[in-house]
Amino acid sequence: MLYREAGQFRTSYRADQRIFPIVQDRVAMGALLLVAFVAIPLWGNQYLLSALLIPCLILSLATLGLNILTGYAGQLSLGTAGFMAVGAFAAYGFQLRTPHVPLLVAFLLSGLCAAAVGTAFGLPSLRIKGLYLAVATLASQFFIEWLFTRVGWFSNDSSSGVINAQAMVIAGVPLDTPVRRYLLVLSVVSVLALAAKNLVRSRAGRAWMAVRDMDVAAEVIGIPMLRTKLSAFAISSFYCGVAGALWAFAHLRSVEPQEFDLTRSFQILTMVIIGGMGSVLGSFLGAGFIILLPLLLQSAMQGAFGNALRPGLEPNIEQFVFGSLIILFLILEPQGLARLWQVTKEKLRLWPFPH
Amino acid sequence: MQHLIQGTALALALALSAPARAQGTPVANEQFVPVPSYRVGPYAAAGTSVFGGFIDYMNFINVRDGGINGVKLTWEECETSYTVDKGLPCYEKLKGHPPTGASMFSFYSTAIVYAVLDRAGTDKVPLVTIVHGRTDASDGRVFPYVFPLMTNYWSQNTDIVKFIGMRSGGMDKLKGQKIVHLYLDVAYGKEPNEIFLKQAAMYGFEAKLVPVPPPGTDQQSQWLEIRQFAPDWVIVTGYGVMNPAMLKAAARANYPRDHVIGNFWTGSEEDTIPAGDAAVNYISSLINPAGTDFKIIQDIQKVLYDKGLGNMTDKSRIGSVLYNRGIMTGIITVEAIRTAQGKYGKKPLTGEQTRWGLENLNLDDKRIAQLGATGLIQPLKVTCADHEGGGAVKFQQWDGKKWKIISDWIQPDRKLVRDMVEASAAKYAAEKGITPRDCSKGG
Repeated sequence: MLYREAGQFRTSYRADQRIFPIVQDRVAMGALLLVAFVAIPLWGNQYLLSALLIPCLILSLATLGLNILTGYAGQLSLGTAGFMAVGAFAAYGFQLRTPHVPLLVAFLLSGLCAAAVGTAFGLPSLRIKGLYLAVATLASQFFIEWLFTRVGWFSNDSSSGVINAQAMVIAGVPLDTPVRRYLLVLSVVSVLALAAKNLVRSRAGRAWMAVRDMDVAAEVIGIPMLRTKLSAFAISSFYCGVAGALWAFAHLRSVEPQEFDLTRSFQILTMVIIGGMGSVLGSFLGAGFIILLPLLLQSAMQGAFGNALRPGLEPNIEQFVFGSLIILFLILEPQGLARLWQVTKEKLRLWPFPH
Repeated sequence: MQHLIQGTALALALALSAPARAQGTPVANEQFVPVPSYRVGPYAAAGTSVFGGFIDYMNFINVRDGGINGVKLTWEECETSYTVDKGLPCYEKLKGHPPTGASMFSFYSTAIVYAVLDRAGTDKVPLVTIVHGRTDASDGRVFPYVFPLMTNYWSQNTDIVKFIGMRSGGMDKLKGQKIVHLYLDVAYGKEPNEIFLKQAAMYGFEAKLVPVPPPGTDQQSQWLEIRQFAPDWVIVTGYGVMNPAMLKAAARANYPRDHVIGNFWTGSEEDTIPAGDAAVNYISSLINPAGTDFKIIQDIQKVLYDKGLGNMTDKSRIGSVLYNRGIMTGIITVEAIRTAQGKYGKKPLTGEQTRWGLENLNLDDKRIAQLGATGLIQPLKVTCADHEGGGAVKFQQWDGKKWKIISDWIQPDRKLVRDMVEASAAKYAAEKGITPRDCSKGG
């Protein structure tokens, strides 16, 4: 009823090509942005900002990066965390060795560094596919982690390999409170998400999807394999790199290379799968599911049982419930949460008179 | 319908008034202590013992004394799984807990300590990092809110090298020896490397660093490397499942176990019992011995476990090295709060106030005896500049059934450690733009 689009006519190509062709969607998106940019900074507490939203948004960005590569271009990668590490250490390096470079430019450059590394490790994708490619990218994951652990130059010869992110200042404003850091993360993520959404609707995005669906056919119709696959690797790694830089600067501020280990890569891959392959919205839903749900479960368990249970039972039950939920969601909707949302939307459009 | 509206209105009014009522009542006479424990994952065996002992001690103080000078201790557990991803939300969730916020955090995870280091200073919440965390935080001028009490990785490394020197018949005998540092390849494991290499140059022994990728269950290639190098001694910085795997791999490589020296996180029953015969004669350093002979442990068993109030489900682990480390953490937490109460009054204190208590903590032999912890902990005196306090360790050997103490407290090379701590802290301060406190001004 609320979601009825009767009377909304698209009379120009411009109107037809909008990201949100339905008025209600535009209103909802506007409201969401308003809440995110105004209401949450005004009324959100520190826990919400620095423990939930900041990590969730940053990992959404990394998930978005992997989704471009795996979901849109069909190249399976297990090197996501490695590319994040490149971004984090590059941003640290730029701030350390070229302090006059503004922070946002340093982030951009660190994203480009990650893109370069990603392109290099994407080269095998021209010869191998599927699981074999995943194994090749696995090598990048181990190599990058090893590099930052072993070569002292990257961490400014820190004895334990830990880097301490420098204080963030943008145009003279120090980003030293959770609210300011949240706004930085939110702005970066919003801009990059919008760019991604437009990218996947463009010629480049269609080329990626053609390669994903059948690369031989794509090549036959004249899509250059080299450029398409490597551009997917480059752009995906760029997103991951910026996410890594944000992770180091806006979230943790002291990072060891092991923060970006294989577990992180798997976590992000899980987010892509749970959220929905080949969906920008899915990247956010997936990250939210994996990051927020365990914390919500924790609070729920605490509320329900307090200290009544045998010590140690609660966290084990949490893991059990969380694992079951993942399996449940994948059985109910193998194509991810984004698909679930799409189905709900279809139903809402017809409600209350489904045919 | 009428009822429904009235009911809803009533519920709403109640819900809205609840926080208001809470504000009206006087602040509860309670001191909140967060317990960021880990009871699942590869480090759970250690976590359940350490945090079990910690909770037992606080509960014991509540049951026996009714709290600290009448202020009852309260706590809430939060599962960190030894990961930053979960540990950080735990910190954010518990730091502002009523009535006066978190007294102090003991994470027992170096990675989490690194992640919250910056925040703790801003939020004015002390981090107690007993034998873990960031070593150069021992410089209290740069890290006012971090307390790596008892000893740090660098002091301990000098202790171990000194012990090796004693075993070899003098420090000059170290010359020409070969020593391997086998470590878990994370920030924690890498902490001792710098001082280890420095000491190698000082004493003329040949050093080799052998990293083990986490979690460390597979060490075949590492021990192959060690066998080829044929070292005189192997120093191990391990944790959790890495340790029994290390002992088994050493046995397979036929390396004499009495030349393998673990650090204080590599020497507990949780490490040796799973390794079975492979662990016999293995040596490790310790900052607190195992055993239930201490008066405090026996009191806890009487006051808590006889009444079914204890936290440990597996009672055989009471008195283990890690359980006793939890007791030690409890003692330091409680005594720091007690010290701070001496200055700020017998009421719930904020993190800023307990920080003063930690910085002025002085546990001498007399006080330790009063606490019933003689032999369990070493004397500890914290100052504004020195946030480490002690620095000594003992050594113990596993006889197949239990740990036997084989040395007295061995003092570290204080000068070497302190110089390195200050240099490293100064570098950190420069990177972060911190001006170190002037400790001569008191405060």
